[in-house]
Amino acid sequence: MTIHHGSNGYRELPVTPGRVGVWLFLCVVTMLFAALLSAYIVRMGSSDWHSLPKPGLLWVNTGILLGSSVAFHWAKLSLRQGWARRARLSFVAGTVLSVLFLGGQIWAWVILHKLGYVLSATPSSSFFYVLTAVHGLHLIGGVALAAWVVRSRERFQLFVSYWHFLTLVWLVLFGVIVLT
Amino acid sequence: MHTHHETPSFWSTYIFSQDHKVIAIQYTITALAVGVFGLVLSWLMRLQLGFLENFQVLNPGSYYQILTQHGMIMIVYVLTAILLGGFGNYLIPLMIGARDMAFPFLNMLSYWVYLISVIVLIAAFLVPGGPTGAGWTLYPPLSALPNAAPGSGWGIKLMLISLVIFIAAATMGGLNYVTTVLQCRTKGMTLMRMPLTVWGIFIASVMALFAFPALFAGGVMLLLDNLLGTSFFIPTVTLFGQQLPHEGGNPLLFQHLFWYFGHPEVYVVILPAMGIASDLISTHSRKPIFGYKAMVMALAAIAVIGFLVWAHHMFVSGMNPYFGFFFAVSTLIIAIPSAVKVYNWLLTLWRGNIQLTVPMLFGIGWISTFIIGGLTGLPLGNVIADVPLHDTYFVVGHFHLVMGVAAMMAIFGGIYHWFPKVTGRMFHETLGKIHFWVTFVGSYMIFFPMFLLGILGVPRRYFDFNALQYLPPQTHGLNIFITIAALTVGAAQLLFLGNLVWSAMRGRRAEANPWKATTLEWQTPTTPPPHGNWGALPPTVYRWAYDYSVPGAEHDFIPQTVAPAAPAPATPKVSHR
Repeated sequence: MTIHHGSNGYRELPVTPGRVGVWLFLCVVTMLFAALLSAYIVRMGSSDWHSLPKPGLLWVNTGILLGSSVAFHWAKLSLRQGWARRARLSFVAGTVLSVLFLGGQIWAWVILHKLGYVLSATPSSSFFYVLTAVHGLHLIGGVALAAWVVRSRERFQLFVSYWHFLTLVWLVLFGVIVLT
Repeated sequence: MHTHHETPSFWSTYIFSQDHKVIAIQYTITALAVGVFGLVLSWLMRLQLGFLENFQVLNPGSYYQILTQHGMIMIVYVLTAILLGGFGNYLIPLMIGARDMAFPFLNMLSYWVYLISVIVLIAAFLVPGGPTGAGWTLYPPLSALPNAAPGSGWGIKLMLISLVIFIAAATMGGLNYVTTVLQCRTKGMTLMRMPLTVWGIFIASVMALFAFPALFAGGVMLLLDNLLGTSFFIPTVTLFGQQLPHEGGNPLLFQHLFWYFGHPEVYVVILPAMGIASDLISTHSRKPIFGYKAMVMALAAIAVIGFLVWAHHMFVSGMNPYFGFFFAVSTLIIAIPSAVKVYNWLLTLWRGNIQLTVPMLFGIGWISTFIIGGLTGLPLGNVIADVPLHDTYFVVGHFHLVMGVAAMMAIFGGIYHWFPKVTGRMFHETLGKIHFWVTFVGSYMIFFPMFLLGILGVPRRYFDFNALQYLPPQTHGLNIFITIAALTVGAAQLLFLGNLVWSAMRGRRAEANPWKATTLEWQTPTTPPPHGNWGALPPTVYRWAYDYSVPGAEHDFIPQTVAPAAPAPATPKVSHR
């Protein structure tokens, strides 16, 4: 890899600092979920572990989140092709789907709550609420950033990476929750 | 890169500044202020242990609170903050030739979020029940049940909230330090030309980014146990004949999460200190650092192995003996890269043109305390020797020497070394030397007797030893001795702070490069460097950071910015002397 030097005396980098920063941050978030999940798995090993009823709504939510990821990705591709209108439409669609997902997650909480599985009821419900809440807060942070990132193409690309990452995290969490 | 300058106002220049140097000074001053607070807490504990008959201020509960707060404050809010937030912020951009951090706004935010975490920490002293007394490790169930430890109401909750905020601040800082080192180096500054200070801070920042999330997860879960009645860490407990609503939680789980953070945290503190000490020793003995590549590799090796040793803090928790074996072996393996570093420091000193300046005295003090503190870690890393020594003053002596005193030696040395660059003025040399000798000798007088106390079986965390019949009466004499030494060393730190304040305002004007050092921060066009650090063009780097006493060179140092002489006959690599 050759490194060129710009007129300002600094290297012109193949990767921007923003990208490095975001990827590092994804490592940090991965560590956070790894810590929570390993705690979950250790806790499951105890004899008093009871499985949680899984509202079917979670499957719907998963589909919606995947849809939002697809929409944001489509917006990114359209932006690259210069299709501004299509990019804007898919961006709006992605945002709406994200809000729907968050609403669906809260609805799943309400369902569990009505079944008596409140936060402190069983270890599995405690973990369910914590995992979904931490994941949801990261999504909310992303949605809050969305308004700011659309102003620059690079920021938007990074935002889409972040979003795909959170979808991936949800698939892992969902897999663990469904299987246990 | 941040180059344009707004019209400077007082607020944007000194308070909400995005200049890495101002943020560094803010971090350092805040951490030193918190450090004085932590120091006063240690005085209170020592007065209790040395003069319990005459010093009727504490009770067992408040002793626990002070002990907990002293530990947490010193490790997290002082050492981590000053080494990464202070030294990291000031030195990374200057030493690699950058104009600022990669994300200056995030950097500013990091400081203010850190300040909020400090305010929440201190606020715990003002709430009903006071700060938590659950021990700095915050082990549940002591830290999770109501009325289990002093400060279990508001105190523990504020402690956990403060930690979570601190982690947010440290993450913002860490992302900046790592990205800046990777992306913002100037022309010619390859990774293997970076000064070891930058290497130490860089690797420590990576470790912090990977270790803090575990504490974050543990902290949030413990907070929920406290606030909302979950049972992550609380087993079935019967308290005063009444069964509590909690059941099935696992206290050991918290210990794993805590130490998965807690042990790398030790290296988050030690690696920057190692880097700083390396540069102090090389510069002030006018010799290239011995084995530069080995030094970098040793830092990296310590970082990697440092993530595989955490359970050596839990040898007495009833773990599977095979786990104990694994963690003892991985712990002892860390001695190898550590020994590489010690040999290289000593070989750098060997036949060097040693200048006994104040920073150099602290550099040598670092080697000494790191060796003694590190070697006393070997018996603790061995399961079989650790079991009897666990929870005795041997452990207190060990970690204070290796992580407290040694790290502070590097910090003091670093502050004296870079003070002329930061303020443009020299510190008072004699006061600095008095500060060194009292601190260095005094610290040994405090912590060496603790090894003896530990071998005699004096338990740590005790408020009063009178009830322990098996202790010989001499232990009390030693405790009085330690207390007097601790009061003296503490007073010497006030001398240090006075020296800083007085010299920053009235000290003799310093030259741009008073130590005749090679690294970039000493080659700035003005001292102290302005916002943006360099003039029109950033520096270009032509050589590594350690060209001291190069044979045939005009001066005994060649700055990194000096190009090789134009038609230079390939300088033969003849070793000096």
